[in-house]
Amino acid sequence: MSTPLHAVSAAPVGDFALRCSGLQRYLGQGDGRVHVLKGVSFEARRGQVYAIVGPSGCGKSTLLYLLGLLDQPDGGDIEINGQRMSNSDDFARTAARGAHIGFVFQFHFLMLEFTALENVMMPMRKLGRLTAPEMEARARMLLEAVGLGSKTHRLGTQLSGGEQQRVAVARALANQPSIILADEPTGNLDVKNSALVFDLLTRLAKDNGQAVILVTHNPEIAQRCDVTRPMRDGLFV
Amino acid sequence: MSPNFRIAFRFLTAKKRAMLMSLSCTVLGVGLFIVTQATTSGFEEFFVKTLLGTDGAMRIEDRIQDTLRSMEVAGSPDFQIRQREGVKYIEGVEEPQVIMDTVRSFANVRGVSAVLRGNVQVSSSFKTEDAQVFGIKLEDHRFVSELERKITTPEGLGKFQESAGSALVGRVLADRLQLTVNESIVINARGESRRYVVAAIYETGVRDIDKTRIYIDLAEARSLLRKPTGATFLQISLHDPKRARQEAAHMEEVLRHSVRPWQEREKEWLSVFRALSVSSAITVTVFTLIASLAMFNTLAMIVLEKTKDIAILRSMGYERRDITRIFLWQAAIVLAIGAIVGGVFGAAVSWGVSLVPLPINTLFKTEHFIVALSPWHFVQAITTAVVMVMIASLVPARRAARLEPGDIVRGTAQ
Repeated sequence: MSTPLHAVSAAPVGDFALRCSGLQRYLGQGDGRVHVLKGVSFEARRGQVYAIVGPSGCGKSTLLYLLGLLDQPDGGDIEINGQRMSNSDDFARTAARGAHIGFVFQFHFLMLEFTALENVMMPMRKLGRLTAPEMEARARMLLEAVGLGSKTHRLGTQLSGGEQQRVAVARALANQPSIILADEPTGNLDVKNSALVFDLLTRLAKDNGQAVILVTHNPEIAQRCDVTRPMRDGLFV
Repeated sequence: MSPNFRIAFRFLTAKKRAMLMSLSCTVLGVGLFIVTQATTSGFEEFFVKTLLGTDGAMRIEDRIQDTLRSMEVAGSPDFQIRQREGVKYIEGVEEPQVIMDTVRSFANVRGVSAVLRGNVQVSSSFKTEDAQVFGIKLEDHRFVSELERKITTPEGLGKFQESAGSALVGRVLADRLQLTVNESIVINARGESRRYVVAAIYETGVRDIDKTRIYIDLAEARSLLRKPTGATFLQISLHDPKRARQEAAHMEEVLRHSVRPWQEREKEWLSVFRALSVSSAITVTVFTLIASLAMFNTLAMIVLEKTKDIAILRSMGYERRDITRIFLWQAAIVLAIGAIVGGVFGAAVSWGVSLVPLPINTLFKTEHFIVALSPWHFVQAITTAVVMVMIASLVPARRAARLEPGDIVRGTAQ
């Protein structure tokens, strides 16, 4: 049984999947405390691909983790699909991550004891919207879409770096989130694989009307995005 | 299968060596706990069974004489109350037949037998020993003891039943006096000597009994000890000996005689067995403690190694309580396997121990280890393991749940 990519889509609320304003974030303690984000504001529309670029330490990744609700801001607001999340508790943020956000990290972050298929099914199992056969069918379809249809039963350790990142892309899309956040998704890949993963990410996201926000150092990748937002010293420039 | 259980199982199987260490300690802890409890309760049950078969479940001994206190109530001086601290006991049972008839009306009573006891000296052609004569009516005493089954000589109780001038002698006393069946003994009591024929030799296995007791006919004992009426005590057997305490309290109230249940009579020995049971349980709980420490260690290692996986799970919508459950599931899997294998191991070792030769002939007589396996031993062993391992697992599980995904990802990304 094949499940369409949009089968578990969350209900869209307005044009913007994500909004933030005046985000403040300090890291470290005492003398080492650094003001990393100094009042950042940002919006992401559905179906658009955004690149956040800038030198190391300018606050790109910190911003991404705040937008992904993996971290809490010291000031400012974050809205996910019109819902204000900046002051919400851990339970609400976790639920929002599961339903609305997909992550792709630089170092793949696959769970290596599990097969590619199981890795992709993992977020669906937690969300519990689909039956077990539906989850498996969707996971197979996503792996097919990223070109790994023949390697569904391989463990993470039995896949190359590029293949692992493609599984990570499929996993990020598993619950049909409205926002895909990618932290240097091609940073650890060769040129060929970088292009492949970027094309996949943008094509699948655009097909499904998802907002893609990626942090990258790669100028070629940044140029191919719909919007590029350069950052410096904790602010967009 | 829940997602948390599935993840827990994979995490655990990825750490096979550490998991096997925890598992083997759990198996040892559960198994040895069962073995020690089975052996100590085996000996205890055997001891209790031997004593119940010899001295019955209860004894009615002395008559209670209340001291009464008069109080003036509403102008009348006739009101009297029992003063508990002023209770007096009059030795022996003065009217045994009346008491026995009443005792027989209690539903739980299987039998009652009047016993007249007296200190004597017994002589054979070889030597003289101090002993105690127990005068019994065999037809009554059969219902309150296993004396018939304790006879070790082939003649049985036939001759004792037929002849009033015969006696049953304990194995230890018979050996000391170098007596065999049909030989004569002279019993000296209150300055008078009488000759009896040894009708049979019994062996209860309780050395103190086999060394001192000589059973003779009750009427003959009355004559020998010059006590034409009354009894030293009434020995009672019950259908359900475990209810002896309740029955004793009830009878004491009704009969106004002191009634001692076997639990009170043997409380010194029972407390020794209890102390042994507790001390052996504490000793083998060390294995369970090691199991819990091993589990703590295994889970702490997994938490350290799986921080990235924890971050991934949290980014995918797994809650803190899911992370806690994933780690507690790992402990539960080890406990479940450990409980099953440990239970089988404990039962097998208990069976093996029961075959080990162990000649004991002091407190009771046995040739082998005595084992009494009870479901309660399995429950105790498994509960101890569950409590200790789960408490030890809670610390790393909670630590894993407290990890902030942002911190983990940032640390890795940098």
